[in-house]
Amino acid sequence: MVVFAPANLAELGDAVGEALAAGEPLELVAGGTKRGLGRPLQLPRTLDLSRLCGIRSYEPSELVLTAGAATPLAEIDAALAEHSQMLAFEPPDWGALYGLSPEKAARATIGGALAANLSGPRRLKAGAARDHFLGFRAVSGRGESFKAGGKVVKNVTGYDLPKLMAGSYGTLAALEEVTVKVLPRPERETTVLLLGLEPENARRPLEHALASTLEVSGAAYLPAAAAAALSAPRGLPASALLLRLEGPKPALAARRERLRKELAAGCESSVLDDADSAALWRAVGNAAPLCGLSSSALWRVSAAPSRGVALAAAIGRSLDMRWYLDWAGGLLWLAVLGAPEDGGAAAIRAALHGEGGRESGHATLIRGSLALRHAVAPFEPQPEALAALSRRVKESFDPARILNPGRMFEEG
Amino acid sequence: MRMPAPDAAVLQRRSEILRALQKIVPGEGVIVSEAERRAYESDGLSAYRGLPLAVVLPSNLEQVRAVLRYCREVGVKVVPRGAGTSLSGGALPLSDGILLGMSKFNRILEIDLANRCVVAEPGVTNLAITAAVEAKGFYYAPDPSSQIACTIGGNVAENSGGVHCLKYGVTTNNLLGIEMVLMDGEVVRLGGKHLDAGGYDLLGVMTGSEGLLGIVTEVTVRILPKPETARALLIGFPEIAAAGAAVAAIIAEGIVPGGMEMMDRPATKAAEDFVHAGYPLDVEALLIVELDGVAAEVDHLLGVVETIAREKGATTIKKSRDDAERLLFWSGRKAAFPAVGRISPDYYCMDGTIPRGRLAQVLTRIGELSKRHGLAVVNVFHAGDGNLHPLILYDANKEGEIERAEAFGADILRLCVEVGGVLTGEHGVGVEKRDLMGAMFDDNDLAHQERLKCAFDPDGLLNPGKMFPELHRCAELGRLHVHAGKLPHPDLPRF
Repeated sequence: MVVFAPANLAELGDAVGEALAAGEPLELVAGGTKRGLGRPLQLPRTLDLSRLCGIRSYEPSELVLTAGAATPLAEIDAALAEHSQMLAFEPPDWGALYGLSPEKAARATIGGALAANLSGPRRLKAGAARDHFLGFRAVSGRGESFKAGGKVVKNVTGYDLPKLMAGSYGTLAALEEVTVKVLPRPERETTVLLLGLEPENARRPLEHALASTLEVSGAAYLPAAAAAALSAPRGLPASALLLRLEGPKPALAARRERLRKELAAGCESSVLDDADSAALWRAVGNAAPLCGLSSSALWRVSAAPSRGVALAAAIGRSLDMRWYLDWAGGLLWLAVLGAPEDGGAAAIRAALHGEGGRESGHATLIRGSLALRHAVAPFEPQPEALAALSRRVKESFDPARILNPGRMFEEG
Repeated sequence: MRMPAPDAAVLQRRSEILRALQKIVPGEGVIVSEAERRAYESDGLSAYRGLPLAVVLPSNLEQVRAVLRYCREVGVKVVPRGAGTSLSGGALPLSDGILLGMSKFNRILEIDLANRCVVAEPGVTNLAITAAVEAKGFYYAPDPSSQIACTIGGNVAENSGGVHCLKYGVTTNNLLGIEMVLMDGEVVRLGGKHLDAGGYDLLGVMTGSEGLLGIVTEVTVRILPKPETARALLIGFPEIAAAGAAVAAIIAEGIVPGGMEMMDRPATKAAEDFVHAGYPLDVEALLIVELDGVAAEVDHLLGVVETIAREKGATTIKKSRDDAERLLFWSGRKAAFPAVGRISPDYYCMDGTIPRGRLAQVLTRIGELSKRHGLAVVNVFHAGDGNLHPLILYDANKEGEIERAEAFGADILRLCVEVGGVLTGEHGVGVEKRDLMGAMFDDNDLAHQERLKCAFDPDGLLNPGKMFPELHRCAELGRLHVHAGKLPHPDLPRF
């Protein structure tokens, strides 16, 4: 296997151009923290993007940051923190989930977070990674460099290709430089915990909280098993429904008390502030309640929020699992216990789409053995018309299929 | 405006094509007479006009599919249209193409408060979505100034914004799903009531694609709880630069206002003369800052913004005491375009975005350009997100003025790109900025975009002549240039 490690856009173009000429596909890697996600690749060449790094411009008052695509998230977070700003989509750190050492996990890059469109609990309020991806420079599978989007927060000039790159897992182009929207970091945060709610009683308070004017920026429900498995800031003694509020200090306590008054009637509640609250939501975004179950297949299911609790119950009827909900019920995390041959894929997707396949959503295998990731589709299979359109999109950027071929879907 | 050469064969077969379309969409769904077609000859950019081959108004999904399949079979171009409020000529008809009007798709299909979303047909107006849910305390956030008339399908096509988009995002950030029909009649559903579409984000690609990729037949949008309270500040500055510095300082303080708008002196005067909003007339820049959210928080932030404004040299500061006064503050800004219509026979509205820090410099340069082109300009500005709306004043009845206005506008947009900005922040490229795309994108950039169109519409029948300065055939674009057998870069670092 040959590894190419271009140091700039021209070299990146050369590396892809040469792979094209040689007819040898490339696996794109930067921090290498998400190789456990998607269909496993075994390709003759590796395109190591990690030298395409460094913050190239950051204007806090413009709310815009431009960096080499392989700039570590940690470096970006540190630069933003100096100006009390943040990546509002709260990119998760799945190092522990994939069994990486903290040192290796810290190599996760901004380009990787965008290419996988990974967002944390604040996705609910602030949008996904794709909503903060303003522009890029890249080399497509044609070996040609191109750019799209812009370096300002509002832009409709041409097709919104940053959206297309978000979640394309390096199958369309190799990102060289990215521009993202950044936002002020809230001055303070606080989390209200409603304790001891049975799953069937969790839906209503989640809906109520999201319909309120209190601007909830995180809404999760952890059944008892998931709650107990939390270690940071500490394990919880019972099931917990978590609601986060963020904002300037003077109003935050009043908002928190109103939330408790509106929702906590008839159940035990408590509060975690600032660092403890932040640790709690990091754990939620990083799937910490499921990380310990290292041999189980791990799924992330996106469905209409009001279905979350019932969906978990439906899947639970055929699979032994540990689970929790984020995004006010719209994101179901689950670890399949025992070892069904398909990692639970059939049962999960059947429950997700309901009778007659009418319900929308998608289930992604986030972690599974190599054999499992070969055997089942890690990404939700698509209806034929959409699958055909996606194939044509792939061909338009990468006609010779040399960029991460097969990472998302099986390719002929 | 140079448009694709009409297809003589299509023009010749017009009556046969019309008969076939009338079979698909019976009754009054196909508009043939010249007088009636005239009503569709332009959109909000009325400087450009043209008569379509026919106007087709389907009323259900099957008709849309059949019309597109037929048009593809016989090679007839299709220009989609919502309410026709585009400011970039996105719905400008083609003489050898049908205008596909989606106005009969006008029903709200579902209000789902548990999932905080509304499912609607594309011809429903933007404001009708808010109207349908406001009694329950919700609203649809993107609020383009044409929101009474513009349709949600048109909003998807143009990725429309509005004054609240810094905090709440533009259409793409508030769209959960669509159903669309491709040129071959295939129906594709993207997204739904869940967050994040799976697979490639074609929902993101469709949003703002200006009708070049597919026809949207159903839309699912996110709705939000209406903020508990909103209050506005009206702040006057003796210099544009001071207002710009205040905007930067507000954001640096960690505040993201619900709306933050700026007007220069001529815009302020025109608006004040028109609606008497109580604007100070002795200031060079007028800033409206609206804060919304929980009352206790809004009151606190209002004080912070006031302090910043004073530090930056504001000469007037008014805080809205009630909702009536807040709306009064906004009334002048919202009426800025018609107000300018009172002081000039015609105006031409530009839409570039710039890094906010370059505002003072850009306005100075626009002032110089104004002198050079001999046309006055007034400036309104979405200060929060850097989106400029210079209004160039001209008189279409005066020989050569419209051409001068266009040349002036093009210079402004090139200036926006030069300082690190973009050609259009929310109005779209359409025909208006099509020929300026080269100022922002090189041939490779554009070829990658055009090939994406080929994946959706291989025959180039959907809205050709918009967005791209030149039309290329997909076969030509698709060719791959490989130097087979050679290693072109022997000195590449490898490990």
